[in-house]
Amino acid sequence: MHPTTTKRPSYYEELRDKGYSRRDFMKFCTMMAAYLGLEASAAGQIAKTLETTPRIPVIWLHFQECTCCSESFIRSSHPIVADIVLDKISLDYTETLMAASGHRAEEAMKSTMEKYHGEYVLCVEGSVPTGADGVYCCIGGKSSMDILQECAEGAKAVICWGSCASNGCVQSAKPNPTGATPIHKLIKGKPIIKVPGCPPIGEVMAGVLVHIITFGRLPELDRVGRPKAFYSKRVHDTCYRRPFYDAGLFVETFDDENAQKGYCLYKVGCKGPSTYNACGVMRWNNGVSYPIQSGHGCFGCSEENFWDNGPLYRQMANFPGFGIESNADKVGMIAGAATVAGVTAHAIATNLRKSKLISSHIEEGREAEKEL
Amino acid sequence: MEATSTRLRRVFVWELPVRVYHWINALAVVGLCVTGYLIGNPPAIQSTAEASHRFLFGTIRFIHFTAAYIFFFNFLFRLYWGFVGNKYADWKNFIPTGRKFFREMRDVLRIDILLQKNRDHLSVGHNALAGFIYFLTFLAFLLQCVTGFGLYAGMSDWWFADLWVWVSGVFGGDFGLRNWHHAAMWFFIVFAIIHVYLVFYHDYVEGRGEISSMGGGWKFIEEDVFEKEESKVE
Ligand code: SF4
Repeated sequence: MHPTTTKRPSYYEELRDKGYSRRDFMKFCTMMAAYLGLEASAAGQIAKTLETTPRIPVIWLHFQECTCCSESFIRSSHPIVADIVLDKISLDYTETLMAASGHRAEEAMKSTMEKYHGEYVLCVEGSVPTGADGVYCCIGGKSSMDILQECAEGAKAVICWGSCASNGCVQSAKPNPTGATPIHKLIKGKPIIKVPGCPPIGEVMAGVLVHIITFGRLPELDRVGRPKAFYSKRVHDTCYRRPFYDAGLFVETFDDENAQKGYCLYKVGCKGPSTYNACGVMRWNNGVSYPIQSGHGCFGCSEENFWDNGPLYRQMANFPGFGIESNADKVGMIAGAATVAGVTAHAIATNLRKSKLISSHIEEGREAEKEL
Repeated sequence: MEATSTRLRRVFVWELPVRVYHWINALAVVGLCVTGYLIGNPPAIQSTAEASHRFLFGTIRFIHFTAAYIFFFNFLFRLYWGFVGNKYADWKNFIPTGRKFFREMRDVLRIDILLQKNRDHLSVGHNALAGFIYFLTFLAFLLQCVTGFGLYAGMSDWWFADLWVWVSGVFGGDFGLRNWHHAAMWFFIVFAIIHVYLVFYHDYVEGRGEISSMGGGWKFIEEDVFEKEESKVE
């Protein structure tokens, strides 16, 4: 029935071999359809594709990163999520999780690149240091820059896992000593999908992969290249504390009564209003919670430059060039006060220096009034 | 200028659309600054009421967004009027064109601002310095509209608001956008202080009806100056 060759079994066959039941498989497909925001019938489409399609080879590179993306991925709520890419099923090369090492690992990568040229998906976790000719991150004697270029060349698409690969994350914060650079600035002419977050939600990562497998193309992306299904809403728009925000009820400090009441965390620095992510809907660790639910504001880990954009526990960014504790409002208030002072001084000076002119006007006016 | 018995002549300077624009703009800017400041720094309120019974912050934001639309379209109208209005409303009052413009700017600076010469400066409509500063405020208007609508785009389904989705990327995400938008507010506050002061200053020093001109549109200039200006035109 399966049109697949014996050499490359389909996802479903692989999963059956691993001991998953048909029921588990269908549950997984339904869950993925729901996460992707597709209609109910799409679950069948996903199931069909996974039954018939041989697995897509994946090369997963690790550069300047902390592996939190991989961690998040393998903790995604459905076990198939991890199995579908990790383990023996799909992953041809990944430093963190593959069994092979040294030359054997490099060989595996090379053979995948040759055999599946133009077919494999390149996943990148981490940014690439471009400073000092890339010496800050070398693997197997090659700089990450070279590895990336080499692997991207024959890739069907590039997935940037996490904020590091998508926008540089912490290591690209000022002054960015290693010249950490996100992937989209280094690779041109390939479809690139960004899945930012530090880390991204495991289900989101799985959803992106399932979409590529099922439909054979990238999911619909927004203006900055993130999948719309997960990044079109701000955390703020799906936040369960939003009624408190709209009511104007805010936590002032983390230990006050308002915090106990669960008020909105805006004034203690919540960046939910500027952050596009699905945390409020999908939540973390199998839907247990997410930062705001745990009483801490969102700090916008999936946004570009979140590290440089001000203190985590205040709403306002520091104003560059005016010392550490100065924000735009302080600078503005000083400017306002200086203006009032200047204007007052000008008023006094006017009365002194133009006194002749002013008094002549007044005199003239008085004369006219007398004549009436 | 010594006290000579001067006759004043009434000149119609600000047409009705210009005056209406001015006051709508003034109201919108005040409304936007107040609500904008509150959105950036909400006041601490304790309340025992259920959140669902209150919509204070939502209302503040609603006023901000409504005022923003009014501000924007009013601004567009003013740009249009710069091409069809009278010569005091013309766009050439705002953009430095030629050496004469700069010379007048320098004169205004010396006489009105640095108070260097003990005489008054005459200009019937905008003086060159004021015109140029209004040009800068127009740029600030533009910045504020672009950043504001950029922030708003994600919240609206209207095609007009969606026209601005590209802005966020240019400013490095909503964080940066938000900071620019907030910092630019202070330009408006500082401008308002200076603007109001200077209007009073001109009215007080020159006695030509500077304040009331934005009400009725009239300014008063000395007969001899009027003739001089007239001969220049001819
Ligand atoms: S806690 Fe954060 S995301 Fe939630 S409503 Fe308040 S500001 Fe928005």
